[in-house]
Amino acid sequence: MSDNAVAGATSVEHEDEVLAELTAPVPEVGDGGPEMVQLLTPEGQRVENTEYDEYVKDLSDEDLRGFYRDLVLIRRVDAEATALQRQGELGIWASLLGQEAAQVGSGRAMRPQDYAFPTYREHGVAWCRGVNPLNLLGLFRGVNHGGWDPNEKNFHLYTIVIGAQTLHATGYAMGIQRDGDVGTGDPERDAAVIAYFGDGATAQGDVNESFVYAAVNNAPVVFFCQNNQWAISEPNERQTRIPLYQRARGFGFPGVRVDGNDVLAVYAVTQQALNAARSGNGPTFVEAYTYRMGAHTTSDDPTKYRVSAEVEVWKHRDPIERLKSYLVHTQKADQAFFDAVEVEGDELAVAVREGCLSMPDPTPESMFDHIYVEEHPVVEAERKEFAAYHAGFTQEGGH
Amino acid sequence: MASMTIAKGINNGLRAAMERDPKVVLMGEDIGKLGGVFRVTDGLQKDFGEDRVIDTPLAEAGIVGTAIGMALRGYRPVVEIQFDGFIYPAFDHIVSQVAKMRARSLGKITLPMVIRIPVGGGIGAVEHHSESNEAYFAHTAGLKVVCCSNAEDAYWMIQQAIESDDPVLFYEPKRRYWDKGEVADVAQRGLLEANVVREGTDATLIAYGPMVKTCLQAAEAAAAEGKNLEVIDLRTLSPLDLDTVAASVEKTGRAVVVHEASTFLGMGAEIAAALQQRCFYHLEAPVLRVGGYNLPYPPSKLEEEFLPDLDRVLDAVDRSLAF
Repeated sequence: MSDNAVAGATSVEHEDEVLAELTAPVPEVGDGGPEMVQLLTPEGQRVENTEYDEYVKDLSDEDLRGFYRDLVLIRRVDAEATALQRQGELGIWASLLGQEAAQVGSGRAMRPQDYAFPTYREHGVAWCRGVNPLNLLGLFRGVNHGGWDPNEKNFHLYTIVIGAQTLHATGYAMGIQRDGDVGTGDPERDAAVIAYFGDGATAQGDVNESFVYAAVNNAPVVFFCQNNQWAISEPNERQTRIPLYQRARGFGFPGVRVDGNDVLAVYAVTQQALNAARSGNGPTFVEAYTYRMGAHTTSDDPTKYRVSAEVEVWKHRDPIERLKSYLVHTQKADQAFFDAVEVEGDELAVAVREGCLSMPDPTPESMFDHIYVEEHPVVEAERKEFAAYHAGFTQEGGH
Repeated sequence: MASMTIAKGINNGLRAAMERDPKVVLMGEDIGKLGGVFRVTDGLQKDFGEDRVIDTPLAEAGIVGTAIGMALRGYRPVVEIQFDGFIYPAFDHIVSQVAKMRARSLGKITLPMVIRIPVGGGIGAVEHHSESNEAYFAHTAGLKVVCCSNAEDAYWMIQQAIESDDPVLFYEPKRRYWDKGEVADVAQRGLLEANVVREGTDATLIAYGPMVKTCLQAAEAAAAEGKNLEVIDLRTLSPLDLDTVAASVEKTGRAVVVHEASTFLGMGAEIAAALQQRCFYHLEAPVLRVGGYNLPYPPSKLEEEFLPDLDRVLDAVDRSLAF
């Protein structure tokens, strides 16, 4: 074709066809396409994969039951938080419903010394890192902007501005390089960073800049995109003209699409990507092909922009049911186990609810804290002004 | 004491900071082999290596965004933005991330980073190379904003900025880069202190960065006419050292604030408001402002009309004295 084009011999009609094909929106893949890595079918049947089997072969039955427990418990936390929002206890909530496997699979692939940079929906990753779910709720309840120590669990604060954290992750990875904590072969020392973002974020300049910086620096960072098909109300075809994982090639590093509702496959693919990063082989883009079952946040209404048939299709791909049927028919877990996890989930939900309701409001004066490390005359003057103003009410006997 | 240009002062200051602390890294476009478009980082990559003097891709959000990550990992990045008008792609990272990280982490995170920005006009450049955007950043809590005006401060303030655990925007007056001055062996004052660079009794000129020299020249000219002007180099714009400014204005009773940025909602507006609140009974005249006009920075053939010069400063002094 290109020879003809150069020679000017292509018919106008043919050129139109080629052009139409090249500029057509990304086709509706629906199931992620044949290129998608999958180790468990939606029915829970194990699929062999010569490249990725090795990353799951050492998982014990207990590990697999652990994955299941993670999936169920974080879904329970999410459901409780959604309910709390509906009851006015949270200002807003960003549900992870449907994306549990993408988060648990990738979160469990991390080592303690790895560092995660989340967006604002990574409740499952936070769970895997050991961050108390109540800390997540605090942000949405409005008592703080995070409240956990990022360096305690190597889990950064949630980032609301879309995609900004991918640059922070890349810079952090450049720091790991300078610390010599890459490619030493010491599994306790070699570290990597994982940056979470959604399909919508791939349009952001920051995300594309982070790809450039990571590539030219060969930085140990994994870009983990949860393609949940919707950027609030914008579907994939309004966001991209090629499958997202293919973009990585243009930046000079590998991209892989994994079934984001298959916890085993996500675990395997993320392991491989993190291993590559830790051993000095640079970044990988992982596109976890999944679906946001609920709203973007409790503030939107997905019935206005998508059809229920689509949701039904994805219900069939539910990450929890998939793993459960695998555990059942391989007899890796019995009913007593599933019942115990249910009970644990109920208890956790109660703890989350009680914890949320008893969360103290911050003291008003605390808003003047932690703005600067060193004392700042304007902040201090306003702090005193504020205190004096409120003290005036007390003296008047009011308030 | 040593004599050097402002550019060399910053260069020497960066070198001293890098020698003292291996966690100090420089990041920016063209700062390595080229030494920056103004050669401020000249020779540093040769001596400290590519891992510490990092030539970055051409993307300002990327420079500041990755510097945030480096700081989170325990480094002290000093980034160079090539020109003031190129800071805007990084604006989001500075005001939404750099400024807020400490507060939103309830003090768990500090971001000790310095963002160096050559500021101001007067060099005959094309558009977007002569902006004065300090008010945007001074308006944002969580940042410190400082501006040097001479070699002494260039050398010491850059080191103090790097040592600060708070993020600092460090403005450098680009048209004064090649002005020479003496640099003392020890810092003469802290990063957040204004400096009375000329004592006087009749009125106070308040300036920073490139306008300090202009104001000193104006004071010289005024002295020939028997007017005795005090000149204050603010040095720090956020936080403002209002004590030093107010003490001077209470003494002279008159104040003229001079900066290159447009006067509307510029630093002069804050200073004038603060002075009338604090020094109302000492003022003999309203606080006057001399600044750029409220226009986009004009083509360079017109910049001498746009920028405050000695005559416009003296004209304002006359108006103040006439009250």
